[in-house]
Order: sequence, then structure tokens, then C-alpha cells
Amino acid sequence: MSLMIDCVAKKFERYPALRGVSLEVSKGAFLALLGPSGSGKTTLLRILGGLEFADLGQITFENQDWLSIPARERRAGFVFQHYALFRHMTVASNVAFGLEVRPRRTRPSRAEIRRRVDELLTLVQLEGYGDRYPSRLSGGQRQRVALARALAIEPRLLLLDEPFGALDAKVRKELRVWLRALHNRLGLTSIFVTHDQEEALDMADIVAVMNDGKIEQIGTPDELRHAPATPFVADFLNSGRSQTPDRPRLSVVNL
Amino acid sequence: MSTAAFVYRNPTQESRATRLALTVLAIGFVGLFLLLPLMSVFANALANGISGASAALSNSDTLSSVRLTLIVAAIAVPCNMAFGVAAAWVIAKFDFRGKSILSTLIDIPFSVSPVVSGLVYVLMFGLQGWLGPWLRDHDIRIIFALPGIVLATMFVTFPFVARELVPLMIDQGRDEEEAAVSLGASGFKTFLFVTLPNVKWGLLYGVLLCNARAMGEFGAVSVVSGHIRGLTNTMPLHIEVLYNDYSYAAAFAVASLLAMLALVTLVLKSFLEWRFADEIAATHRH
Repeated sequence: MSLMIDCVAKKFERYPALRGVSLEVSKGAFLALLGPSGSGKTTLLRILGGLEFADLGQITFENQDWLSIPARERRAGFVFQHYALFRHMTVASNVAFGLEVRPRRTRPSRAEIRRRVDELLTLVQLEGYGDRYPSRLSGGQRQRVALARALAIEPRLLLLDEPFGALDAKVRKELRVWLRALHNRLGLTSIFVTHDQEEALDMADIVAVMNDGKIEQIGTPDELRHAPATPFVADFLNSGRSQTPDRPRLSVVNL
Repeated sequence: MSTAAFVYRNPTQESRATRLALTVLAIGFVGLFLLLPLMSVFANALANGISGASAALSNSDTLSSVRLTLIVAAIAVPCNMAFGVAAAWVIAKFDFRGKSILSTLIDIPFSVSPVVSGLVYVLMFGLQGWLGPWLRDHDIRIIFALPGIVLATMFVTFPFVARELVPLMIDQGRDEEEAAVSLGASGFKTFLFVTLPNVKWGLLYGVLLCNARAMGEFGAVSVVSGHIRGLTNTMPLHIEVLYNDYSYAAAFAVASLLAMLALVTLVLKSFLEWRFADEIAATHRH
């Protein structure tokens, strides 16, 4: 197993956000952390990214003590729900940032950086957008810039915090397919936080359903669909399905 | 169906008469209480003609007061810029115990009378003050000298930069800093390339206001300066001295010079806002 999370716990003030979470992720997997808001999924992702600190527990990644490495040395590409693009920089400068801030010894040459930026913008289908400012882009385009920026540092782990949460349904569906294909092509290990059960079951190899700071069940989308381990999992997955337009609720039909 | 004569009106717009009354009131108030006094300053300065005004300005005591004011501002403003940025940064981007206390402390100079601010330094560094005897023994002069004037000015102008930056930085959140760190940037590079560029307009505005106040401060400086002509008189103090000496034209000449500095500050700010309007719009929340 490439990523091992062992009994990680975290409290905010006196309110527990994580109550001892353990999880294993193999290399190249696409894991979804699924749960309602307040279930601790984002906290766990932020701990993996080094943006939050665990009170207890251990995380090992590729045989390294992951928690002892500072955030900026982890090379964990983080994609934020609200993009967090550098608003005063052009798209190209945003993507180049992770390379530009490297110490002189390891920094690629200017020409090399430009080549990499062009390559990444092509990858996220934004060729020719390099000179624009983020404020002139649509939500979907901004999120693709954010992804290109995270990929520029050649991340060992890709962490996505509700990346499609702020987008409309149509764009969300398109990006879902596209992101999954990209993950396969680049051979990344990705962890994806979402509260949308359909999104998690559609995209991920493994889904961890979280509730109240704990993992309720870990399994493949099929396992979760056919054998929910707890009433919470059954209920949570079901509530999502009844909201899809092809299975209208009775109350809607009665209208 | 007859076409009724609908009058389309903006729902938040008042009637013509109300708008006119409000506009007249606002312009009248500004004219009467701000513009007219300012113009009378310039008019009085020129009471003895341009030669009279220029003679008053080339007086050696006047020149030394201008020099002192510029020196004080040149020391106090950069210091407060650094302190203000540091204070705003910790308040907006970090969580720690006592944060709200720090935030309140920054406002003290705004709420305390400038005279009290000056007295604080006299009590600390004056001859009868806590450190007075020690300072005298080591031949260090703070009160009635440049260091005291700089300290008093810094105290009074401390909140300007921080107050301008704190709400701006809080509004911008920590997302971009977190993104920078996750991309491998050190704390310093994050500050330099992400935090600072995002607040540079607010910073500039704060520095301009801080500078205007630093040059114009009267109360606190008056307490610590000692009013030694040609030595510890800043421009505002010198204006008072001239006025009390019945040198009205000279007093108003120096006053118009001070007012001009303020006007230059405002013009500069407006020019920068106009010149970089696009960039300012881009750095606001998208």
C-alpha cells in the first residue's frame, strides 16, 4: 500500500472533526471521500496536504513519515473548491508558480518553464489562454487552470477538495469524465472529496463514506451500492439517487 | 388593449426634487466647510503678493521646519508601513490567542487624544520620567529632540496602514496562501509573490494617508517637541508660532505649503487609481 492513514484524529476547539480514521490507498488509485458536510472529509484531505495538523495518528506515504514533512516539501498537488487562483497573475504565471518559486538550483530554465506551461495548458484544453487573468475565465476554465497549476509540480499525490462544487451541473458532468481520464493517463494517485454520491460512485475506484469524523464503510462503488454496511451508508446513498431526475419522488409525481 | 403610459423608474431612485436637494446639500456642505476654508488659506497666503509669500517661505526657520517635517515623515512612514503590514498579516492570516486584543490595541492611537499620546513619551523619556535619569547620564536626548518627535508621530499614525490592510486581507482569505505553500513556496516567497501583490493598492492608500497625517500631526508632536525655533519645530508647530507672532501672511504661506502636500497626496492617489483601474479590478474578489 502506498498511502497508509492510521488512526488520525483532530479536534477544532473542543469539537472533534476526526475521531480516529484509518485508510489504505494503493498507488494509482482514485479514492473518493464521500460524506455530508461536517463529516471530516475535508479536514482529512487538508491534513494530507499539510494545511492542517493531526492531533493523533500516523500517515505513511511511500515509506515516508508523511506528517513530518512540511506542506511545501510534500509535492501534494491541492485543488481547492473555490480555485484559489492567484488573481493578480495571468493564467500562465499561475501555472508556472510552482516552478518559479523553486530554489535556483532546482528551478528549470525560463524556456523550459514556458514549454511546460504550454504543455499543461494544452493538457487542460486551454491553449491560448495564457495571457488572460483568472477573472476573465468561466468557473470550469478556472478550475482547469487550478488543476494545471497543481500538476506543474509533478505531484506525488493529487488532492481535490470538492473541485466541481462551485460549477453548474452540465460542466460538472463533463469535467468528471475528463478528470477521470486524465488521472488514468498520468498514473496519479488521487484523493477526491465530495458530498455528491453520484459523483463519487461514478468516478472513484474506492469510496470511503464518512460520517461524524469516522469512516462508515470503504469499498468499490459496486460494493457500496449492493452491500451498504450501515444504515447511514444505505440511507446516504439512497437519498442521492432519489434526487436524480429519472427517479422522481412520489411527492413530485403527485403534484 | 390601450398602451398605458407607464413611467419606468428605477426602484431605488428617489424623485427629482429629492435628488436635487440631496446633491445641493452635499455640494454646499463640502464647499462651505472644506473648500472655502482651504481657499481662504491660499488667499491669505498671497495677501502680500507672491513675493511676500516666497519671502516667508525662504526664511531659515521656515526652511528648517520643512526639513524636519520631511525627515520625520521619512522615518515614521516606512516604519509604520512595516509594522502595519506585519500586524495586518498576523491578524488576517493566522489564528492565535490574544488576536482580538492585538486588534483592539492597534486602534488605541485613534481613540486616545494626541496630547495624551505625546505625554506618554514625556512620562517615559522626560527628565522626570522613568528612563529620564538613565538617558541623561548617557547623554541621549529623546524629548525636545528628533527621536521624541519621530516616536510621537509614529504613535499617532500607527493604525493607518494596518486598518487599511486588515479588512482587505481578511476578505481575501487564506486560500491563495495555502495554494502557494502547497506548490512549494516558502513563507517569505508566499508573502512576497502572493500576499503583498494582492494588497498593494490598499497598502499604497494606507501609506498615503499615514504620510498626510505624519506631516500634519500637531498635538502629540507639540507636547514632545519643546518648540525650539529652527530646531524642533515641524511645519504645523511653526505655523502656530508664526500665527501667534501676528505674522499672518507667513503663517498662511507655510499653511498653504502643508495643504499643498495633502492635495498632492490626493491627486497622486486618484491618478494611480485611474491609471491602474484594470489591475485594481482584477485583484478584487472574483
